[in-house]
Amino acid sequence: MRRLISLLLLLIVALGLALCLSGAPFGARGADEGAGLAPDKVNFGRRYNERGLEENGAANIVTSVVVNYRGFDTLGEVTVLFIAAVGLAAVLYTRTGKAASAGAEPSSLVLFTGCRFLFPLILLLGAYIFIHGHLTPGGGFQGGAVVASGFLLIYLGCPDRKLSKAAVGAVESLSGLAFVAVALVGLTVGGSFLLNFLPKGTVYGLLSAGIIPLIYVLIGFKVGSELGGIIDNLSGGSE
Amino acid sequence: MSFLSSYIHYVGCFSLILIGLYVVLVKPNLIKVIIGINLIDTGVNLFLIAVGYIRAGTAPIFSEAALQADKMVDPVPQALVLTAIVIGVSVLALALALAIRVYGHYGTLDLRRIKGLRW
Repeated sequence: MRRLISLLLLLIVALGLALCLSGAPFGARGADEGAGLAPDKVNFGRRYNERGLEENGAANIVTSVVVNYRGFDTLGEVTVLFIAAVGLAAVLYTRTGKAASAGAEPSSLVLFTGCRFLFPLILLLGAYIFIHGHLTPGGGFQGGAVVASGFLLIYLGCPDRKLSKAAVGAVESLSGLAFVAVALVGLTVGGSFLLNFLPKGTVYGLLSAGIIPLIYVLIGFKVGSELGGIIDNLSGGSE
Repeated sequence: MSFLSSYIHYVGCFSLILIGLYVVLVKPNLIKVIIGINLIDTGVNLFLIAVGYIRAGTAPIFSEAALQADKMVDPVPQALVLTAIVIGVSVLALALALAIRVYGHYGTLDLRRIKGLRW
């Protein structure tokens, strides 16, 4: 009965979606682009593509949009991730702090050594991804996720090596604070929050694009430590 | 046939969303419901990316191979999806934490056995 009602509901939703999509051709340019827009309207995607390189000096326009044009949005996103991490820690908080890996069999020498060998390499890859966020596909969030996968590997392979909660909290808070501080420096120097006040440098250089690599490195640290803390909490937690 | 070939991306996204919705509605296991929510999330992200695509467009990254700005696809949906993926991870983590708590309290993840969650 329940299955039948659900299928009926899904059929209605599918019909509605099909009706909606029948008018939207895939992969076509917008109708407004050929004829030209009204003088008070802007096609933002086109504008960012055409002016982004000279305005921000970042080869990756998506990074330019995420960190600079819509940087305030990214600040909110980082806040949502932080709130989720805090909420998760609050939900899973137990005073006894029972170790989940207490009855587990110790891992073999190959697994243990392999994890310890791979962990710094994974951290290096994550750092590479978030440092080159303004030049290549990638950025702070992706690099942070790679760093957190290194923490996950350590949790799976060497369960007796725990993350230090104080260090994770310190890295997380300091990088979040530094993000806001960089944004506020822009406010005091040029009068707008998250202003790109540093010199743009040469395009395609590692030290280019002003504050974008700086902010993405901070986001990488923050996301990496936050996701590491989430993994630590979900895995039973250390005290 | 031409409908399928020109709309295959949209059809794929919407079938992902519908599969996720079906899992959420029908499956009694809490973990499977969370997986269904994640499937809906993935479908919506794919749909947003597909909307921003321009036929024969390049990725919005300048390089020696791609220097023409008018050939690039729209960067705004991609930036939005970057945000949406992170929010999806947050939702997933919080939902899993609640599932752990529910399991600790009721001793089961079967929604039919948990009082108050029946429908």
